[in-house]
Amino acid sequence: MKNKHVNAIVVGSGAGGGVAAKELSVAGMSVVLFERGGWVTLDDHDHDELISQRTTVLGNAYGPDDKSNRRVRISQGGDKSILLPSEGGYDNVAACVGSGTVSYGAMGWRFMPEDFKMKTTYGHVEGSTLDDWPITYDDLEPCYEKAEWEIGVAGDDSQNPFASPRKKPQPMPPFPHNKEGRMLEAAARRLGFHPFPIPMLRNSVPYGGRPQCYRMRTCVGFACPVNAKCGTQNTVIPVALNSGNCELRTHCVVSKINVNDQGLITGVSYFDESGKAQIQTADVVVVAASATETARLLLNSKSGFFPDGIGNENGWVGRNLQGHAYCGAWGIFNEDVYDDCGSGATVAISDFNHHNDNIIGGGVLCNEFIRLPYQFSTIRPSGASRWGLEHKKFQERNYKRVARVCGPYQQIPSFDARVDVDPDVKDFWGIPVARISGTANIKDSKGTAFMASKAELWLKEAGAEQTWQTGVVTGVRAAGGGQHQAGTCRMGNDPKTSVCDKFGRVHSVPNLFVADGSLHVTNGGFNPALTIMALGYWVGGYIASEWSKGNRFK
Amino acid sequence: MERNKLSRRHFIQMSAFGVGSLLLFPQCSPQLRKSSWRFFSVEEAFLMDTIVEQIIPTDEWMGARDAGVTNFIDKQLVGPYVRFQEKYRNGLSAIQSSCHILFRKPFEELSWDEQTGFLKMMETGKLSQTLESRDPSQKGEKIWENNFDRSFFNLVCDHTMQGFYGSPRHGGNKDYVSYRMIGLDYPFTIGQNRYKS
Ligand SMILES: Cc1cc2nc3c(=O)[nH]c(=O)nc-3n(C[C@H](O)[C@H](O)[C@H](O)COP(=O)(O)OP(=O)(O)OC[C@H]3O[C@@H](n4cnc5c(N)ncnc54)[C@H](O)[C@@H]3O)c2cc1C
Repeated sequence: MKNKHVNAIVVGSGAGGGVAAKELSVAGMSVVLFERGGWVTLDDHDHDELISQRTTVLGNAYGPDDKSNRRVRISQGGDKSILLPSEGGYDNVAACVGSGTVSYGAMGWRFMPEDFKMKTTYGHVEGSTLDDWPITYDDLEPCYEKAEWEIGVAGDDSQNPFASPRKKPQPMPPFPHNKEGRMLEAAARRLGFHPFPIPMLRNSVPYGGRPQCYRMRTCVGFACPVNAKCGTQNTVIPVALNSGNCELRTHCVVSKINVNDQGLITGVSYFDESGKAQIQTADVVVVAASATETARLLLNSKSGFFPDGIGNENGWVGRNLQGHAYCGAWGIFNEDVYDDCGSGATVAISDFNHHNDNIIGGGVLCNEFIRLPYQFSTIRPSGASRWGLEHKKFQERNYKRVARVCGPYQQIPSFDARVDVDPDVKDFWGIPVARISGTANIKDSKGTAFMASKAELWLKEAGAEQTWQTGVVTGVRAAGGGQHQAGTCRMGNDPKTSVCDKFGRVHSVPNLFVADGSLHVTNGGFNPALTIMALGYWVGGYIASEWSKGNRFK
Repeated sequence: MERNKLSRRHFIQMSAFGVGSLLLFPQCSPQLRKSSWRFFSVEEAFLMDTIVEQIIPTDEWMGARDAGVTNFIDKQLVGPYVRFQEKYRNGLSAIQSSCHILFRKPFEELSWDEQTGFLKMMETGKLSQTLESRDPSQKGEKIWENNFDRSFFNLVCDHTMQGFYGSPRHGGNKDYVSYRMIGLDYPFTIGQNRYKS
């Protein structure tokens, strides 16, 4: 039976796609929301460290699975390896309704005004595609506010003197610090830093009809057992479904965006849950499959009209893949600093985010989420035994005495860091897989060393007896966005140096939009999810308002 | 439909080729005794017990052997770690032939310190060099081609940590020993108490 034509298709139900689907459907458009995964809860895998979304050695609890999915990585030496989703280099986010927002650490940051004007702030950087966004912080501010109130953020920006200007406070009070957080907060004040509680997409009080967080140890990497973590799957997606205008099709893998002979999008081809190839037509298509998969889908959508893939006339689709250069330090204290109060990360400073001497960007520094026991077994100062009795004793003695401060250092984009599709390797459905290649860092070394030294200083002031730095970039790093992947379909005013316009519309196609992390021109010195949600409101809101004015995007 | 079937067959061929065998390792060598293990032979399991006990030894807390780490690895090797079967089969046999060249004894019969020293040589990649100097026919070099001594040790070490510090539901970490050692309560009660209070 033929699928009924709808007004809009949204591909991917994660941070960006979940929001976009809601914006369109509450505005009265009929929507089909495609998701390659299904609904998941904590019960599917329990509090199992080895199958979580953080430590994935035995599989990804929140998808995708090792049976059907592959990616290819090309090393700097040109070697090709085929990777499973549970292997590190795959660069997974998730595959389920809500995607990463089900199991994320839920830090909910607004970028700073400078993050949208990196070229204006820092000038041209040799060898980099560093640029300004075509929109400003002020443009996106109302969308941040919507994301905070409709999805839910606990925080108090008034404690952060470097916070971006806002019209309305965050809707929930911030979380109180755990023991580590209290020690670090006091130390930061002694050092003249400006500590504040990390904004969290988690309920510090009952909110949105869901209960208060009870501060589990297993938070980041897991779904919440009481639904206190705010993702798209328990906020905007239910609103979309309740509107009566949105149909969610789970376990459906979109393989291609279809084009007619005028170069207009007619809809998508997909494989349904039983593996049957199907077609869904629509007036508008919004792709929000995450930075790696969105680029892959556009590049796999080859036609007479778009022989190199949709939007790729100038070879920009898949370029400028970014994540963050995570850097910081560990410290061992002579008393327990661990109080089993999850998620663990509570305190931050934004003192080194922009306007540092001779450094482009910077980032926020936070105390880190709780490390579970297997993960901790890999954490040792250099020179310490990696196995044997000494290793075991270290684990026993120090598990509760170690704290970490780290942060997402802003990565300077490089054209060379790239997602394209592999000519040979295909997934279970026969679709060519994403291939990641190139190098990521330009000018990361000095900045990461600077951030790590500040983290170390902070830990020492808090009383750490032994400290060591991590994540300082030396030499050239392989491309990859990890869980913070972004940038592969960047927005811009010039179609020659960007893929989408300022509303997320693919320059060369009137009725195709992107609404996920792919749009980021630069990735900020913060975890990206709230910004991606804000872009979901920005793009979705634009489509909905144009639609209501009668624009059919032809 | 037809196209879909074809591509699936193609996918399986491709992945078996690219990611290492997705099928069970074809044939165990004939001399191995029938085993109650899923993948390991009785001899291999005994050797594994000896190695993992070196990696996480018994002190006032159970070591990796008694905590069931060999069982954990055996179970994963017919599950998510099917792709490592060949590495384990070759690696374990290479350990025994190297011990034979160096000590004229199997690994389990070495003293504790000799075992530690041997694993340290693997860890640092010095085992193949040592064998080469002992054995002019350069048989040792071939056993551990491409730094396999180091990579196999790293693999076993990592899997041992997973088995000892991961959830007991996978067959290791018997009686939550590592969680008790660290002082973490399982199953979770603190969070729930906090919620109720
Ligand atoms: C463990 C973990 C911790 C994290 N912690 C934080 C944090 O504290 N703060 C923060 O800001 N960010 C965090 N993140 C990152 C955050 O989750 C991502 O940045 C965000 O989800 C990306 O949004 P997106 O819309 O670009 O893509 P996603 O949210 O990944 O959504 C893409 C969706 O598209 C689906 N899809 C892909 N291809 C297809 C296809 N062909 N057909 C159908 N569906 C498809 C996917 O299954 C997925 O559901 C974390 C992520 C993880 C995994």
